[in-house]
Amino acid sequence: MKADVINKSSNRVDGYEKVTGKAKFGADINFGNQLYAKTVYSEYPRAKIKKIKLNKAKKLDGVVEIITAEDVPGTNEMFGRFPVLAAEEVKYVGDGIAVVAAESQEIAKKAVKLIVVEYEEIEPILDMKKAVKDTKELVHSDKEDNIIEHSHHLMRKGDIEKGFKGADVILERTYYTPFVDQAYIEPEVVISIPDPYRKGIEIHGSIQNPYSVQENIAKVMDHKISEVKVIHSTIGGSFGGKDESVMMMAARTSILAERTKRPVKMVLTREESMTESCKRHPYEMNYKIGAKKDGTIVAIQDEVYTQGGPYNNKAMFANWRGSVHATGPYQVDNVKTDYYGVYTNTIYGGAYRGFSAPQTVFGIESLIDELAEELNMSPKEIRLKNCLKPGDTFATGQKMGKDNIPIPLKEIIKEVCEKADYEKKVKKFKEYNKKHSEIKKGIGISCTLRGAGLGGEGIDTAGATITIDKDGSITLISDLTEMGQGMRTAHAQIAAETLGVSLERLSFINTDTSIIMDGGPTVASRGTLAGGQAVIAAGKKLKDRLKKVAAEKLNCDKEVIIIKNDQVYEYDNVNNMIDFDELIGVCIAEKGISLSAQGWYNPGPEELSEETGQGNAYPTYVYGCAVTEIIVDTKTGEVGVEKIIAGYDIGTPINPQQVKGQLYGGILQGLGYGLMEEFEQKEGYLKTDNFDDYLIPSIKDIPDINVILFDFEDDFGPYGAKSVGELGIELVAPSLVNAFKNATNNRIREIPLNLERASLGKNLSK
Amino acid sequence: METLSLEFKVNGQEHKLSVTPNKRLLDVLREDLNLIGVKEGCSVGECGACTVIMDGKIINSCMVLAGQAQNSEILTVEGLEKEEGKLHPLQQAFLDAGAVQCGFCTPGMLMSSYNLLQSNPDPDEEEIKDAIAGNFCRCTGYKQIIDAIKLAAERMNRQS
Ligand code: FES
Ligand code: FES
Repeated sequence: MKADVINKSSNRVDGYEKVTGKAKFGADINFGNQLYAKTVYSEYPRAKIKKIKLNKAKKLDGVVEIITAEDVPGTNEMFGRFPVLAAEEVKYVGDGIAVVAAESQEIAKKAVKLIVVEYEEIEPILDMKKAVKDTKELVHSDKEDNIIEHSHHLMRKGDIEKGFKGADVILERTYYTPFVDQAYIEPEVVISIPDPYRKGIEIHGSIQNPYSVQENIAKVMDHKISEVKVIHSTIGGSFGGKDESVMMMAARTSILAERTKRPVKMVLTREESMTESCKRHPYEMNYKIGAKKDGTIVAIQDEVYTQGGPYNNKAMFANWRGSVHATGPYQVDNVKTDYYGVYTNTIYGGAYRGFSAPQTVFGIESLIDELAEELNMSPKEIRLKNCLKPGDTFATGQKMGKDNIPIPLKEIIKEVCEKADYEKKVKKFKEYNKKHSEIKKGIGISCTLRGAGLGGEGIDTAGATITIDKDGSITLISDLTEMGQGMRTAHAQIAAETLGVSLERLSFINTDTSIIMDGGPTVASRGTLAGGQAVIAAGKKLKDRLKKVAAEKLNCDKEVIIIKNDQVYEYDNVNNMIDFDELIGVCIAEKGISLSAQGWYNPGPEELSEETGQGNAYPTYVYGCAVTEIIVDTKTGEVGVEKIIAGYDIGTPINPQQVKGQLYGGILQGLGYGLMEEFEQKEGYLKTDNFDDYLIPSIKDIPDINVILFDFEDDFGPYGAKSVGELGIELVAPSLVNAFKNATNNRIREIPLNLERASLGKNLSK
Repeated sequence: METLSLEFKVNGQEHKLSVTPNKRLLDVLREDLNLIGVKEGCSVGECGACTVIMDGKIINSCMVLAGQAQNSEILTVEGLEKEEGKLHPLQQAFLDAGAVQCGFCTPGMLMSSYNLLQSNPDPDEEEIKDAIAGNFCRCTGYKQIIDAIKLAAERMNRQS
C-alpha cells in the first residue's frame, strides 16, 4: 500500500499555537475569583508532627483557608501510599503538612512562613542496603520490612547453578545509578474549580495521566469518579514526571476549592517541583555473568535494589520491566534475576522516560564490555555472538522472531559499527593514546532491545473518538495525552490515512475524562502503538459508514468505493465520484447517519508466570545500537562527547522528522544521565533543587549526533509503526562509560561520569 | 503600598502602568499585559524560558525588576507575528524543521534566535550555539532548533 499521509514529515498539528505564544500551559490558565495555594513542606526527612500552629497565618489579611491532614474529606492515602498531607509523621523533605489558599501568590507565600510546625525528630532511614537488612527500623510501621509492596520481580530460566558450573570465566560486578529529574522546563500547575454546573470538581493542569488523578481525587474527596472531571492543559514536557506530584496538588487544591467554593490554583516553583516530584529510581545492580572461552554467555544472575523513597506507585511496574530486560538483548540459557524496591526517607522514585531501562541497560551493557575485556574479545564481536537472533529465546522464554516479529539486532549492530567506522577508530585511538598522555580518545558501543508498550505490566488498551462535522472538518480525541512528544500529529496522520482525507481537516481536543473512557495511562511509549490502533479502529468504523452511503449514491458496490485524498469514487471508474464534503452533507442531512465513532484497542493481556517470570513479555520489540566517541582530559576530568551514531528499529515512522526529534531529545537526556545529572542529598536533605545546581545539557553540550532509522517490517503496530519515545535515552550512558574505559583504561561503575569520577578514575562515594 | 508609574513600549505599543516597584518584568508582562508567551521555568535566570528582548538585548525577564524597564522598548514572542496568521520566518522555520516539541522553551528560543539574526543574518553553527546557550530545551536535543535557525536565516537572506 502506498501511504498518502503517514511516513511523511508533516508539521505538528499543535505547532502554530506553540510558536506564537498562544498555547495555554497550566500557568496561563486563570479562572475568575481564583485563589492561590501554597504548601508548607516538612523541615525534616523524618519526624513526628507534634503541633501545627496556624493562628498567625490565619490572621494574615488575604488568607482565605488553610487545611491540614484533618481536613481531608475522604481517604488521606492515595495510590502508592502518598498522603494528601502528612498526618502524624513526615517521611521525607517533600511531605506536605498544610496548604494555604490566599487572594494572591504573595500572600500565600507570606502565610506559609507564618505557619509553625513543632516536630520530634526521628533518625531517618537513608541507606538502601541498610533498609533492606534492618527490619527493625521501618519507614512504614504497619509493614514487616522496607521492601515496597509487589516490587519483588524475578526471572528464572534454565538452571543457574549448572550454568555457572559450565562457565570458563565468571565475573561479579556491581553498578550504581543516581536519582535524576525529568527536568521538564514547565514546572507543575494544577487548578481545581467547583464544577459550575453540577456537584463535583473540575481539575485542569499539567497532568500526564488524567484518569489516575480522577480516580485518586474521587477517593480523597469522597466523590464518585464521575463527579471528578480532569482536563489537561498544554503540557510543557513530562517524561513520566507529572504524575504523583500533580496528583497531590490536585488533591490539595480540590479540598480547598470545595471548602472555599472558589477556583484554586497551585503553581510549583522549580525548587518545589524538584523536591516533591518523582525521580528516576537509583539502582544498585549486583551482576554475575558466566561465559565460555569463546565468548558464549551461559548464565546471568542479577540482584537489584531500586530506591523508592517513602511512597511509591511505580517500583512494582518498573521492576517488572527491569527484571525482563536485565539480561539485555542476549541469548542466555540460564537466568536468575531479582528486583526489589526499597522504602527510604528520601526523595522518591517514579517514572522517567525509559522506566528502568536506562539503569538496566547501563548495567548489562557495561557488564558485557567487562566480559569482552576479560576474554580479550572485541566489544562488537561479543555482542554479535550473543545477541538474540531469530529462533532464540529471550530471558522470559519467549521465542524470538515468530509471527512476523523481526529480531534484527545483528544487522543493526553491524551497520551502525560500519557507519561509525568502529574498527578503524579503535585502532586509530589506540595509536593516538599511545602518543598522548593527557588527552585520550575513546570509542564505545552499546545495544538494546526494548519491549514495546506495557506488555505484561498491564493491559495495553486505548481509546479514540473521531467526529466529522457538517463542513467536513474532523475532531479527534484520545484518552492519551500530548505532552510534547508529537502523539497528536501521529494520531492525526493515522486518522487522515485511514479515512483517506487530508491532514488539514483534523483538529484535536485535550483529553477530558468526562468525554472519553479511560484506556490506560500515557506511558511505556504506547501513544502510537496502542493509541494509533484505537484511531485506526475509529477511522475504519466511520469509513465503513461513509462507503455505504457513497455506494448508494454512486450506484455501485460498497467494496469498490475508494476514499482517497478527499475524493470518493468507484474503483476503476474514477469519474463516478462524489466530493468528500458533499458525501458528508448527504450522510448528515439526508440519511441521518452518525459520523462520530469510538475506536477501542485491546490486544488482551500477556501471560507470564509470577513464580518464574516466564512467558510472552511483549507482543513486539524495538531495537537500537549506539557508538559513542569521546575525548578525555585526564588532568581535569573533562569528558567531551564528540560523536554519537545511533541506529534504531522503531518500525515504520509515522512522521520521520518527529521520530528523529524524539530520538535526539532522548539521546541528549541520556547524555545528561551519563555525564552530569545527579541529585545530591545529605542526611536526607536535598542539595540540588534548581537548574543552577542540577545541571542538564545545554546546546553547548551537544555532540555530533547521527540517527539512522531502520524499518524492518513488523505487522503488529498501526501501519507498521512501533514505539519510539523512550528508546533514545538508554544507550548513551553505557556507550559513554565503555568509551571512557577504551580511552583511559578506567572502568566507571557508577554514573554520572562527572569531573571527579573521570579525573580520579574511580567511584568516590561507593 | 508604594507604586511605580512604568512607561515603556512593548511589541510596538506604548504602555503606562502603575505597578509595585519590586514586581519582576516577567510578572508585569504576564499579568498586567497578558503576554503569556513569556514563560517561567526556574525563576533564577538559568533556563531562558522567560527570555525577551529589551532595548535590543536578550534578558531573562525573571531577573529584571519593573523599574529597570522604565522607558525601555521590549519585544516578546507575541510581537513576532505581525498580523494574525502571518508568521515571522523564524516561527515558520521552527515549525518546518521540527524544532518544537512541548513548546515551553519555544518563545524564549525564538527571542534569542531573533536577536541573533538581527545582528548576524548569516550565523554559523557555533554562533547559533552561543546565541541560545542560555535557553534550555529538554525535549528536542537542540539539533532541530539549530536546523530551524539556519533555515530561517537562509529564507530571510533569500528574501532580502
Ligand atoms: S524563568 Fe527566567 S531564566 Fe528561567
Ligand atoms: S520543546 Fe520542550 S523544552 Fe523545548
